[in-house]
Amino acid sequence: MRNGYKGAVLALAAGTALGLGVALGAAQNTAQAANLKIGMITTLSGGGSSLGIDVRDGFQLALNEAGAGDVELLVEDDARKPDIAKQIATKFIQRDKVDILTGIIWSNLAMAVVPAAVKDGVFYISPNAGPSALAGKGCNPNYFNVAWQNDNLHEAMGGYVQDNGYKKPFILAPNYPAGKDALTGFKRYYTGALAGEIYTKLGQSDYAAEIAQIREADPDSIFFFLPGGMGIAFMKQYAQSGLDVPVFGPAFSFDQGILGAVGEAALGVKNTSQWSKDLDNAANKAFVAAFQKEYGRLPSLYASQGYDAANLILAAWKKAGGIGDKDAFRKALEEADFASVRGAFKFASNHHPIQDIYVREVVKEGDVLTNKIVGVGLKQHANAYVGDCKM
Amino acid sequence: MSAAFFIEQLLNGVQLGVMLFLMAAGLTLVFGVMGLINLAHGSLFMVGAFFCSWIAGQTGSFWLGLGGGFLAAAAAGALVEVLVIRRLYDRDHLDQVLATFALILIFSELARWVFGDRPLYLDIPPVLSGAVPLPGGGGYPAYRLAIIGVGLVTAVGLYLLIARTRLGMQIRAGESDREMIGALGVDIRTLYTAVFALGAALAGLAGGMVGALQSVQVGMGEPVLILAFVVIIIGGIGSVKGALVSAVLVGVTDTLGRVFLPQLFGLILPPSEATSVGASLSAMSIYLLMAGVLAFKPKGLFPVDA
Repeated sequence: MRNGYKGAVLALAAGTALGLGVALGAAQNTAQAANLKIGMITTLSGGGSSLGIDVRDGFQLALNEAGAGDVELLVEDDARKPDIAKQIATKFIQRDKVDILTGIIWSNLAMAVVPAAVKDGVFYISPNAGPSALAGKGCNPNYFNVAWQNDNLHEAMGGYVQDNGYKKPFILAPNYPAGKDALTGFKRYYTGALAGEIYTKLGQSDYAAEIAQIREADPDSIFFFLPGGMGIAFMKQYAQSGLDVPVFGPAFSFDQGILGAVGEAALGVKNTSQWSKDLDNAANKAFVAAFQKEYGRLPSLYASQGYDAANLILAAWKKAGGIGDKDAFRKALEEADFASVRGAFKFASNHHPIQDIYVREVVKEGDVLTNKIVGVGLKQHANAYVGDCKM
Repeated sequence: MSAAFFIEQLLNGVQLGVMLFLMAAGLTLVFGVMGLINLAHGSLFMVGAFFCSWIAGQTGSFWLGLGGGFLAAAAAGALVEVLVIRRLYDRDHLDQVLATFALILIFSELARWVFGDRPLYLDIPPVLSGAVPLPGGGGYPAYRLAIIGVGLVTAVGLYLLIARTRLGMQIRAGESDREMIGALGVDIRTLYTAVFALGAALAGLAGGMVGALQSVQVGMGEPVLILAFVVIIIGGIGSVKGALVSAVLVGVTDTLGRVFLPQLFGLILPPSEATSVGASLSAMSIYLLMAGVLAFKPKGLFPVDA
């Protein structure tokens, strides 16, 4: 029966290569004959899907509210794979002739797509990923980040951990650009000694080995940046480990989409965010109510970023009277004349936000776990790379 | 480094290993008996996890969920075998890869339709929550110990099934000569369906158990599938014993590599570079292991000779 071990191994190899490229996605067209065309590349399947879905839904909500029938939004799923993101970007730019790209969640995907896209003269408005490489030397006039520079929330948490007298934190993040930015940011504001520092595999779902290392290092606190399903897996496994050390993280680790899965283990945890659903301003109140009404769930910070990204684009588009004059459109983007759900919002010279970063605490409202602001971590904070950006 | 730390990491490696064994056992049986490469095995893992968390969510009982996941994966396996796989036995391996790859896409899209885009969650049963103290200090999650237990019991059960029962005899006969056992009057179609469903059920069991540690989501089976292929290649395709030995070997190599490689680089590089270089290299460790084993034993550790 053997038809050759070699043949089998070869076929296995071919299959594995195919398997790695699994991507499922369908374009969704919303309108025809538009004069502003936006291509959204985001993660709608796999472990990062809740992030992409929230960005998309927040973005769509803002378009619906504006009644912008002449704006066409194309959405495709990148499955968190850089090669697929790149293919979609090429298709959006060459075939669909989009004016603006947006939507990428993961920094490694942003690095694969953004530099080439802005070189082609397309605007890229990032609703999430803000790698340091695109904020400093690699900054570009056509690249804007409406969420944050990657380091920001971690910087605030580093400062908070230091100010609260922790002397021996253990820090971990995935091994990809945003993970490195995270730990760099944390260490920029936490200047003491570390119990240990680990980079894990992106998309890793089992943290037993890391948790054992944390136990061995005997830290007085844990800081982790593990967005999406990674954070859920880590917190669930941490809760079972018998370890009882306070954990800290950026909002990504304790975001609305994650709290439901993590459960009581997250109660009382402090995390840092540029947005929170209890921020007291009119735009935010309207956004939270409208999002709940439209989708039947609480918005996450990703949803707020998608919503702000769309409103920034719409405001600039109106102000510049279209996107035909790119310089006028760019200038309108730089002015950022829109009502951000974060309250006051402006861009630093490298096109990343200057904003307050808040400290939040996970609390229970009725049966629902959510976050409440308990303080301000960094006031009117820009980023460490402004000086490196020449444009 | 304390002894407790090493024991804990070793247990982590073994736990990953037995989980991989549950996946690899089905894969290697199906290849050994039917000569079929089944890329959709990861989808059966996902089916088990989804049904386990869905049933557990509906009934509130993890154990009902686990049983349900096991049966659902077996049923899905049997159905797929009858509808699709049966037509592939006489084709060459590349056709099988293409067809079963299509099954991955179909399963993923179906799971998305039925269960939605968002990950589902499964709680660890209260009996097994918390940690068990280890000798020499520290603790180990009770649930992971239970996974090791289930994996080992399954391995013994599988051994008895293959070595001691009539079905096992037919399976072994099927491995060595497909035509002959047909000629001897064994209903080969039913045998194939049974073997396929058995492999699927084991994958579903693994999916259900792992689902409680992580989030249950579309596409969760593919990373495990790739590791399971590495396991069966190292173990020798078709050998269940090889799958067990090699699964534990891969599990331990992966875990210890993740822990000790960054520390090793820490001796010569500054800490943050060491962790990042070490992390990148440790991701390769099992493939290096595979290359090493194949260099000396091209047919794997326990070759099945026909």
